[in-house]
Amino acid sequence: MTGAPPVALGQGMRIQLHVSGTAAGSRPRLDVDLHLPGRGVTAIFGPSGAGKSTLLRAIAGLVPAQGTVVVGGRAWQTPQWQLPAHRRPIGYVFQQAALFPHLRVSGNLRYAAKRAGPEAPDWAEVVEQLELADLLERRPQTLSGGERQRVAIARALLIGPELLLMDEPLSALDADRREQLLPYLDRLRRELAIPILYVTHRRYEVGRLADDVVALNDGRAAGPEPVAAWLPAVSAGAEAPAVLIEAQIVEQDRSWGLARAVFDGGMFWVDGRHGRVGDRLRLQIQARDVSLSRDAQVRSSLLNRLPVTLESIGAGTGAADQLVCLRAGSARFLAQVTRRSVAELSLRPGDRLWAQIKAVAVLR
Amino acid sequence: MRLSAADWQALTLSFQLAGVSTLLLLVLATPLAWWLARSASRWRSMVAAVVALPLVLPSSVLGFYLLILLGDSGPIGRLTDTLGVQRLPFSFEGLVLASVLYSLPFVVQPIVAAMEAISAESLDAAATLRAGPWARFFTLVLPLCWPGFVTAAVLGFAHTLGEFGVVLMIGGSLPGETRVAAIQLYEHVEALDYAHAHGLAAVLLTISFLVLWVVYVWRGRIAGLRGVGA
Repeated sequence: MTGAPPVALGQGMRIQLHVSGTAAGSRPRLDVDLHLPGRGVTAIFGPSGAGKSTLLRAIAGLVPAQGTVVVGGRAWQTPQWQLPAHRRPIGYVFQQAALFPHLRVSGNLRYAAKRAGPEAPDWAEVVEQLELADLLERRPQTLSGGERQRVAIARALLIGPELLLMDEPLSALDADRREQLLPYLDRLRRELAIPILYVTHRRYEVGRLADDVVALNDGRAAGPEPVAAWLPAVSAGAEAPAVLIEAQIVEQDRSWGLARAVFDGGMFWVDGRHGRVGDRLRLQIQARDVSLSRDAQVRSSLLNRLPVTLESIGAGTGAADQLVCLRAGSARFLAQVTRRSVAELSLRPGDRLWAQIKAVAVLR
Repeated sequence: MRLSAADWQALTLSFQLAGVSTLLLLVLATPLAWWLARSASRWRSMVAAVVALPLVLPSSVLGFYLLILLGDSGPIGRLTDTLGVQRLPFSFEGLVLASVLYSLPFVVQPIVAAMEAISAESLDAAATLRAGPWARFFTLVLPLCWPGFVTAAVLGFAHTLGEFGVVLMIGGSLPGETRVAAIQLYEHVEALDYAHAHGLAAVLLTISFLVLWVVYVWRGRIAGLRGVGA
């Protein structure tokens, strides 16, 4: 049979939604047809005004939308019929936390626990997971932004959702607090069995948290595709081009405090504290941290050097720069070098080079 | 300063009228206020203006139109005749109807203000936490808006207690039926019975002041307790 959906509906999500514009005859605010994986974190990425929140709210049933929503084999919405928001088995984390101001933290959590579905998680477990034990008697107004989001996440989990929707949960926080909250989200990602849709406009959060990514622009969606495949393409024209490498730790070198992580195309030394032998890591390498040389024998303090093949040379972020695409095995890298270096080394597609990598960031 | 039996009867009637009207007003004003606070309908402004009319309209104007509407040849008058129920002008029930219209803005507006202060995200959050429309009303709207409801009830009660023109127009002055305290006071003055007029006026003034004072003290407390946005 032809035309079978690429994702089996039993496990994945089919989201085909249309939200019309505010004025009659205007462009739709949202028009998407997505097959999303039924597990892991799928980032919904796009600039502000792209329709990310509208998509999430339409999936939740909070804004009127035409179309079909099928999650885990159950229809929440068809063109003829739809479940109201309060009957959809979702957990929703809002940008501004949206805690109930007249209830204490414990009251906010109980609001969810009282109405929880059969799959509801254990209260104590959730309180521990988000470290809320000391906050239970506090009023929402007295919490910091990060604490508020932790309560909001716990509240969304306690309802026992089959799908967790998160609408830019970090965007109301300053950089420090974002960094403090990320480990909680990271833990959620590892421990939750349900799929998460995570709306953000920050590439960094996609790299840290997501497995797959849907790019949303002007109400139109592209994807999903794996994050490692998506990042180099999207970042090539961006402010800080970078790539992601999925690698596995194969050795711990205790004498130097380093771990050796291999990927299809080479290996990296990273800080040994990032994991144990067998752990999978996601590494991010910025184009500006990659330099190129023609010789294998360069005495240098840099630990990470790789043989690579030059694929193409494109425009850089500045007038003096160019962005060089490289390949090692199945992995791709980007190097930001000056136009002068490109000329002096007479770089051409197909050249075999050495890439020196100054910094490898372990995202997760 | 002494009150006669007729004065007491008028005061009792005023309180009955204010009590019944306030209860009816709360029931009517709640859904109306919700619609005014949340609707994006293009009729919203018009309805809001109609609700606010009694604030600026001489109460005799409202009373006059009610008299026309409820009277023998008015549409409602003919309806009550057809149904065989009593006519509304010059009856307690007619006064209740007039009071409800006359005091509507005093009850609707505090409730609207309280409802508008609820964030849309809170309501959405409650919906995603499996709370249906009624559950949202009782677990969120009511607990967050009750100071507004109390203010509305007190203002509605006090305002109905003090109504005069509209009562004079459609109620007349039937002792025990439509002769409320404000009318009784008017009768005293007409009869140049200033002694009794002083008594009744002082009672009305004192009650009105006390009621408002208590409400303002209490609202100050609430605002202090809640920090901001009580």
